[in-house]
Amino acid sequence: MWDYLKLVVYGLVALLAAIAASYARDVAYQVHAILVTLIAVGLFVYSLKKVGEPKVVETGYMDGPVRVGAALTAFWGVVGFLVGTFIAFQLAFPSLNFSWAEGYLNFGRLRPLHTSAVIFAFGGTALITASFYIVQRTSGARLWGGNLGWFVFWGYQIVILLAATGYLLGATHGKEYAEPEWYVDLWLTVVWVAFLLVFLGTLMKRKEPHIYVANWFLLSFIVTVAMLHVVNNLSVPVSIFGSKSVQLFAGVQDAMTQWWYGHNAVGFFLTAGFLGMMYYFVPKQAERPVFSYKLSIIHFWALIFLYIWAGPHHLHYTALPDWASTLGMVFSVILWMPSWGGMINGLMTLSGAWDKLRTDPVIRMMVVSIGFYGMSTFEGPMMSIRAVNSLSHYTDWTIGHVHSGALGWNGMITFGMLYFLVPRLWGRAGLYSNKLVSWHFWLATIGIVLYAASMWVTGILEGLMWREVDAQGFLVNSFADTVAAKFPMYVVRGLGGVMFLSGALIMCYNLWMTVKRAPAAEAAGDAQAAPAE
Amino acid sequence: MDTYSIMRAFADSWFLIAMFVFFIGAAIFAFRPGSKKVHDDIANIPFRHEDKPAGDRD
Repeated sequence: MWDYLKLVVYGLVALLAAIAASYARDVAYQVHAILVTLIAVGLFVYSLKKVGEPKVVETGYMDGPVRVGAALTAFWGVVGFLVGTFIAFQLAFPSLNFSWAEGYLNFGRLRPLHTSAVIFAFGGTALITASFYIVQRTSGARLWGGNLGWFVFWGYQIVILLAATGYLLGATHGKEYAEPEWYVDLWLTVVWVAFLLVFLGTLMKRKEPHIYVANWFLLSFIVTVAMLHVVNNLSVPVSIFGSKSVQLFAGVQDAMTQWWYGHNAVGFFLTAGFLGMMYYFVPKQAERPVFSYKLSIIHFWALIFLYIWAGPHHLHYTALPDWASTLGMVFSVILWMPSWGGMINGLMTLSGAWDKLRTDPVIRMMVVSIGFYGMSTFEGPMMSIRAVNSLSHYTDWTIGHVHSGALGWNGMITFGMLYFLVPRLWGRAGLYSNKLVSWHFWLATIGIVLYAASMWVTGILEGLMWREVDAQGFLVNSFADTVAAKFPMYVVRGLGGVMFLSGALIMCYNLWMTVKRAPAAEAAGDAQAAPAE
Repeated sequence: MDTYSIMRAFADSWFLIAMFVFFIGAAIFAFRPGSKKVHDDIANIPFRHEDKPAGDRD
């Protein structure tokens, strides 16, 4: 019955999308409608072949989506880093904005492609992968909902596909980190609710009496992102056959909603979610339980209660009332405490096992990632202080800050997770080469240092040049003067990106060879690795 | 009063207190006597059920 219903749904979607494609009012919408048609037709054929096949009741952990997720995380990482490196060089050498690709591959179009590729494609896929892996292991239960897990996984990949193609064709809300247009937003909402159900369902049928702290962080990430996404994307489409939509809020209310969303995307997507990873994978890799479980509880509740207020620090010296921006600033500074509590908890998990830093490059990667978490959660509160912000805002310092958090913290912990997961998921005794992990580690670390250091220099230089006035009170520098002065640092930043990207490519090779060549694990591991789904 | 003012007054008085009390309560609860054994047990969850769900047999 369900088989036939699925066929009807796929057929209807294909038909409706094809109709929408023919009525489309803009190119982006048309391309998206055609993509949806193709996907639906593909699914229709796929399901048609499977009709009548006997149902196999699968037991054990559902690792299919986790395996595909690990591979796609690596893939999206490389794509995101590649686009990032390219646009870094576009800033240094504007002629890379080729005239033949104007309107598609210029900086303005590629920049949201880069941010979304690294945050939502690389980071988001990593988070879904980690959630599915962690919630099963810490609950001692198979993923709830059967194929709903696959729906969440591939549904999210469709969001990425539509978002990325939309940016290049100019379909965007123009809201930072929330660029996808209305129909992509609606689809993401459906996928996200399914994600929440799968996660909660697995927690409900857990065999452990308690819910491990990593799951608290992951659950808060899922719930909060759902709330932020829905409120920030309240908009009315101009036409059901076009990609353009109009925001419900206007003016300063819209700006505040955007940065309430934007900062909590950092707080709950890039922090809470990845802390969930930290609380599982660091203890696993160090083979010791977390330093203090009590501290992790305090860390969780303090983070939850404080982060949500920090958004207004993005709007100092704007139309936002002073009390609101002061509130944002104060909460950002207080936020420093739980952040460092979490950092200490992660680092001290290694107490008594510090020698592993010498022998295990994967744990080294995780430790550096926690170090960058500590560094960027110190830098962030400092930059949110109004006086500091008056110098740093709108300069490259902000970009440097974001990248020390994103490359250092999110990137490195995700690489650590991939190095942990791949041998286990494919039943290998270990990684193909620890030496290559060391190469990746050093290339990535030096790359980030080059990136962050050059951005500090250009950020402060830019800030000081912008505010410099002569004896008569006239501004000394034009904007173009700062652009010219920044050139050497832009080249250094680009080189940092090249190093980070090469590290990621080495990782891909290493993981590929681990699956292909590394010796198989002992008997117990074999039984787990056997089913190819 | 308009809705905004009512909600604003509620948010920065009673709701603020409620959240603060909840947070302090959670912290105190974490440090309650006898919690150490429970927390040690929870902290070791990642080291169980690595390969298969609880109760599954090969």
